Amino acid sequence: MSNLERRAQPSTKMMFASPVIAAICMLITGYLLFTLLGKEPMHAFWVFFIKPLTTAYGIGEWLLKATPLILCGLGLAIGFRASVFNIGAEGQLTIGAIAAGGVALYFHDSNSSWILPLMMLAGIVGGMAWAAIPALLRTRFNTSEILVSLMLVYVSQLLLGYLVQGPWRDPNGFNFPQTKMFTDVETMPLLVDGLRTNLAFVLALLLVIVSWFFSHKMFAGFRMQVSGLAPAAARYAGFSQKRNVWLSFLISGGMAGIAGMAEVSGPIGQLQPVISPGYGFAAIIVAYVGRLHPLGVLLASLLMSLLYLGGESAQMQLGLPSAVTGLFQGLLLFYLLAADIFINYRFKSSRISKQQAHIPTNVLPEELS
Amino acid sequence: MNPDHLYPFLVSTVTAATPLAYAAFGELVTERSGVLNLGVEGMMIVGAIAGFAVAYQTGNLGLGFGAGILAGIILSLIFAVLTQTLQTNQVATGLALTLFGVGLSAFVGRSYVGLTLDGLHPISVPVLSDIPFFGPLLFHFDIVVYGSLFLSFGLKWFFGRSHWGMVVRAVGESPASAHAIGYPVIGIRYMTILFGGAMSGLAGAYLSLAITPLWVEGMSAGRGWIALALVVFATWKPMRVMFGAYLFGGVTLLQFYGQGMGIHVPSEMLSMLPYLVTILVLVLISRNPKIIFLNQPMSLGQSFYPHS
Repeated sequence: MSNLERRAQPSTKMMFASPVIAAICMLITGYLLFTLLGKEPMHAFWVFFIKPLTTAYGIGEWLLKATPLILCGLGLAIGFRASVFNIGAEGQLTIGAIAAGGVALYFHDSNSSWILPLMMLAGIVGGMAWAAIPALLRTRFNTSEILVSLMLVYVSQLLLGYLVQGPWRDPNGFNFPQTKMFTDVETMPLLVDGLRTNLAFVLALLLVIVSWFFSHKMFAGFRMQVSGLAPAAARYAGFSQKRNVWLSFLISGGMAGIAGMAEVSGPIGQLQPVISPGYGFAAIIVAYVGRLHPLGVLLASLLMSLLYLGGESAQMQLGLPSAVTGLFQGLLLFYLLAADIFINYRFKSSRISKQQAHIPTNVLPEELS
Repeated sequence: MNPDHLYPFLVSTVTAATPLAYAAFGELVTERSGVLNLGVEGMMIVGAIAGFAVAYQTGNLGLGFGAGILAGIILSLIFAVLTQTLQTNQVATGLALTLFGVGLSAFVGRSYVGLTLDGLHPISVPVLSDIPFFGPLLFHFDIVVYGSLFLSFGLKWFFGRSHWGMVVRAVGESPASAHAIGYPVIGIRYMTILFGGAMSGLAGAYLSLAITPLWVEGMSAGRGWIALALVVFATWKPMRVMFGAYLFGGVTLLQFYGQGMGIHVPSEMLSMLPYLVTILVLVLISRNPKIIFLNQPMSLGQSFYPHS
């Protein structure tokens, strides 16, 4: 810390520069890693970050994978702004998928166009209900929402496993642990033929705007931000912390529920034991890298989605384990946290300190010099 | 319960409790100095793969455990540099550590999936282990299990009787006062964070070298998070951590012994139990604000920046 000094004002420039710096540091680490693994680094970069986006289908996949990240990330960002830490978006996503899947299976023989909206509603309610548990325990019993929401991730995944292997298993599915495929009316309409991107992406974009309106234009959003930045001031103003906890969890749970619904009624098309490669956890990184701002979340989601695609591409083309994605995601958040130090601190500039250290004598009144 | 099942159940409870105990001991020391490290799960899983990989390559379990500990220390060093030197938010940094650790372990471990090795064997204490029933139950474990018992007493002594234990507690209760008296707050927190990392790494290595001597992606299965809850459950007291670890160890085993005990519910439901019990226990402890207020280190989770 010795050659750092506190800034008088947090630097707005650094606020925006730090995610970029973090991404660049991640790329440099990637360069070293690829070299270490004996791959031609520039070729590996091309395979990882460029090649997935060279086809229309690839672009479609990019937006498709960004969708759950945007949905979960927006919700989490709203909570994080109020210092409410919902770590269990992955669980809320899973329960949203289960609820939507339950509706789809129950109305499997129906052809009504109301089923899809009903599934969406079920997904939202499911995600909200699951998120309500940590909210209730936090507000009523002062229990750590971090640990509770996280424990519920494991519970939700086991519940999904039980359902697809037991009561909801497709009887004609050769004993595979999965449900029947959803029918056409239970599937999200595609945006463009041939690409897998569906209506959920448009919904996610709309929610970016709604979420910006909520956190920047509405009093409820303002209250939450004040509670996060200055808890004492918020208490003094009479803003209820309990209401913030409830709002944070219900909003983020509902959004994660939509993400879960969109996954099973979109690219997956049925319930399976695993429906998400950790979108709910990656959304934590998305929220931070996106500066807890809706537009930032959108950009960060696109970057993270590219990391997923790149991981798959690197696995097929370079024989690298696709887990390299998780490694990059973790590194990105580390670098971001480290780069954020420069929002409030800066390197001591020798030029300025010399000027300050040397008090010019000729400006002092004569009796003092 | 059928007595034929009771004996293996009790023995496995002790083995299942051991990694929970180590990880929770490490976190307890870290938290006593006022630092909340949510990266236990990440350090544990990296300890597991590092331990397994080194033990598999060298054929030496001792080196494996050493590698697990070293991996935990290295990861916790990243956390220490970020939160102590660069003053980053402890919650966000801990989460980052877990996400990074899970990714790193999956990446490194890809080539070890499906391999097994000859795991750690129990040692029979001569004479004592020949006592009928109680002998094998109390004196036929591996050295790491005995180590956890020593550690629980050691930590009780450290925080209750030793000079440096008091200093660590002072740093956790009021870093500003400890700093004013002249203790290096940041340095002490570095030490406790690294100790936490070492213990989490050891706990992870115990998973992949003793309990199930193989590598499975995500094999820590939330044990790091349970260890975090265990520290709260134990109200930051070492002996209660040991007790809590045995309790949770037993609960995690119900899924394997449940059928034999005549509990006929789907195995997934039994597997949910450790997580549900964790939530229940957290609620029971946290609902009384006085318990938390009296026992939680006052500066837990807050950054401290010494002004010259």
